[in-house]
Amino acid sequence: MTALLEVRGASKHFGGVIANREISLAVPEGRIVGLIGPNGSGKSTLFGSIVGAHPVDAGSIEFEGAEITRLRTPQIARRGLVRTFQQTRIYRKMSCVENMLVSVPAAGEGFLDMLRPRNDEDIDEAEELLEFVGLYAKRHLVAGSLSFGQQKLLEFAMALMNRPKMLLLDEPTAGINPTLINGLLERLKRVNADLGITLFVIEHNMRVIMNLAEHIYCLAHGELLAEGSPDAIRNDRRVIDAYLGAT
Amino acid sequence: MTRRGVDRAVTLAILPFAIAAPFLWPDYMTFLTFIWIMIVLALTWDVLGGQMGYNSFGNILFFGIGVYATTIVQIGLFADVGAYTSAYGVETISLSRHEFLIGLAVGLAVAPLLAVAAAALLGSGLLGLRGQYFAIGTLGLGIAGGELAAAWGWIGGSFGVQVPVFPGDVLERRLLFYFLAFALAAATFLTLKRLYGGRFGLALNAIRDDEDKAEAMGLYTTRYKTVAWCIVAFFLGIAGGLVGQINGYIEPREVAFAGASFGIWMVLMAILGGKGTIWGPVIGAILFYLMKEFFWQQFFGWQRVALGLLIVVIVVFFPIGIIGWLKQRFPERFGHKVDEQARIAPDPAKGAPP
Amino acid sequence: MDMIGLLFEAPPLALQLVIDGVLIGAIFALIAYGMALVWGVMKIVNICQGEFVILGGYISYYVWQAGYPLAIGVPAAALALFLLGWLLYRTIIFRVVEQDLFISILATFGLAILLAQLMNQAFGADVRTADAGFGNWFLFDNLVSIAAIKLVSFGVTGIVAALLIWFMRRTRFGQAIRATAQNARAARILGIDTHSIYAFTYGLNAAICGAAGALIAMIWVIAPFGGLIYTLRAFMIVIVAGIGNLPGVIAAGLGLGIIEQFIGFVLGAQFQIALIFVLLVIILVWRSQLLRRRRKVLE
Repeated sequence: MTALLEVRGASKHFGGVIANREISLAVPEGRIVGLIGPNGSGKSTLFGSIVGAHPVDAGSIEFEGAEITRLRTPQIARRGLVRTFQQTRIYRKMSCVENMLVSVPAAGEGFLDMLRPRNDEDIDEAEELLEFVGLYAKRHLVAGSLSFGQQKLLEFAMALMNRPKMLLLDEPTAGINPTLINGLLERLKRVNADLGITLFVIEHNMRVIMNLAEHIYCLAHGELLAEGSPDAIRNDRRVIDAYLGAT
Repeated sequence: MTRRGVDRAVTLAILPFAIAAPFLWPDYMTFLTFIWIMIVLALTWDVLGGQMGYNSFGNILFFGIGVYATTIVQIGLFADVGAYTSAYGVETISLSRHEFLIGLAVGLAVAPLLAVAAAALLGSGLLGLRGQYFAIGTLGLGIAGGELAAAWGWIGGSFGVQVPVFPGDVLERRLLFYFLAFALAAATFLTLKRLYGGRFGLALNAIRDDEDKAEAMGLYTTRYKTVAWCIVAFFLGIAGGLVGQINGYIEPREVAFAGASFGIWMVLMAILGGKGTIWGPVIGAILFYLMKEFFWQQFFGWQRVALGLLIVVIVVFFPIGIIGWLKQRFPERFGHKVDEQARIAPDPAKGAPP
Repeated sequence: MDMIGLLFEAPPLALQLVIDGVLIGAIFALIAYGMALVWGVMKIVNICQGEFVILGGYISYYVWQAGYPLAIGVPAAALALFLLGWLLYRTIIFRVVEQDLFISILATFGLAILLAQLMNQAFGADVRTADAGFGNWFLFDNLVSIAAIKLVSFGVTGIVAALLIWFMRRTRFGQAIRATAQNARAARILGIDTHSIYAFTYGLNAAICGAAGALIAMIWVIAPFGGLIYTLRAFMIVIVAGIGNLPGVIAAGLGLGIIEQFIGFVLGAQFQIALIFVLLVIILVWRSQLLRRRRKVLE
């Protein structure tokens, strides 16, 4: 199994604060990999670096064997590497379907593509995906009027609309009604199994991540603390001290 | 009737009215001409201001470029511009009908191109900025344009340029510019309507609501923003060319780079009618221009004060505008409703919704 | 370009430009400090900043016309503008303060137009200046002349700045303002009435502008539509220095003053206004390029 995403020695600091120090990790194609760590351990920063929001100071990032360290966010997204945000981010004044349509992975982004009218195939696909996350009935509502959990689902559907090869999910279950979490877990697994999308998931909910991921990386204070299978992580002394012990 | 049906019916109803109007009310022809121009100003401001969420206070620059380019080209085709402008209107050129129209046509073709070039150049720098920086960056554009035009002797400096006299009678001239203005307004409206209905409109709205998210989803936002501004500049360049010709005399600060009148009106009209909608700016432009025409004299020199007050009041107390208010009041009419049918088709394989 | 040669032949001329630039730049820095204050605390880019300045100038001008000494002009303008700023907050700005920037920019833009037109209507379009009659000092065989009033105004600027710094650092109210700037929500939870803080901050900024305007009326001229240029100068200084960077604001203010003097001298005064706009665009683009290269998250 080859690594779809490979991070080598990534470091990032903001002013004097070191957010990531020489982090190396790999996410194999077709897998679900977890990323855990206490608050402020640099998980979201690492996501930001991978997708080009703020590139690393040192180190390199490869996606599908190609160097993407210096590419900008939209370019990386177009290669099929898409993230969702911890604080849910949707287009508040647009309807759900319109939110979805923004994410259409146009063949190019040339002048003529920009002036293209909406097409029915895209709308059908958007509606199917909205149904997949359970928002079909609300598809014509303004996204800002949805509840937080529904916005989260919408954001997930928007990411799928991009037909990504790999999704970086930043706390997909945070703020979601616990009774709905199992449904979401089910969907994440199906996305991975049926659509073949590789998932790299930041998650605070231990039950969720142990259930979901096949392999877990743990960050603490900006450094890679441990990695391994869920069982190994669960029993790792350092992880328990740094993370599980603290909560 | 569906919303699309209403749109089409209104659009079709306007057409015969627009064609008949100058013959029915010939005395009001100039007034009606300016209504069409105002609609263009409001619609184009709304592209960035409403749909994209970027306040632009410098759009008047493109208008001013159009004013000068059209007339200077028209003169330049048949006379020496420097000699003409340095005569300060004493020496007039008399163009034949043929020459006048050819000059006008070439001028109206060059004007939007120059305006687009200016937008592309400025936009590639300024539109990399986020909202508030862009807004202030554009604040001085109109004034800078006026100052530079006033300092440039070849195009008449602060004295300005006399537009060549139209070879024909007054009514004919009025009709010509009425229909040109109408055609421009119609072209602007239809182009924008089509763009808003497609990928372009989606992208602009996405930039307005969350630019970072749009980039994370693979949108080249700077490219969209720049193209949007170029489209704005294109129509404004033509509008400026027409206004300069209609006015018959071009002056840098009050006619061409008229930041204190047209430049402010366009903002006001778009917000009054409802920013971020296609009909809002149209309604706002008509309403504002009617108000301006009929009540302006009541203010006895305080018109511009009243204008300032109006902007503050509208922005602070009625920022959603007329169409925005309707949208809020009757969301279902605009298609924002829950679909009774909860799913595309019941599919047991897909499991229950959460 | 002959003018550049002239600068090399007569270095005192360059000195003259630097001195004038510093003396005027100090006032720019003051106005910029006010803008940064409102920006930092209230998250509002105040577009009517320059109109406050001009209004302050008119107040001191009419105080002087009424026969009172010029020294009264500065505090009178500051006080009047404080009241105006406070009033504007309580009637208008409070409605837009915690909305998105789009609305607050438009609202203060509208205020700028309103104030400028009101001043035009009330005071006429003529250019005004309040002449103190202090005379000039000459240096280097009369090659360099310094208007005494400019030195006085520089001193007053320094005093106002020192008072502001003392106020923000040492008083409870100043601390409350800074706390609100850091986190308005937390400040509210701790029992700070943020609307009072905002009203005071907005008034304080207006007062700063008023004092600056009073000085400008003495050393330069004021006209009803001259406000925009001060807004843009303040904005340039703030984005070069950054919000909450006092030494940076002072340095950028003085730098801008000097640059303007040199540009005006070399290219002629008629281009000075247009060139300030060009400078603004250059600075904005430079900043975006810088951010892009570092590729921090662009705000």
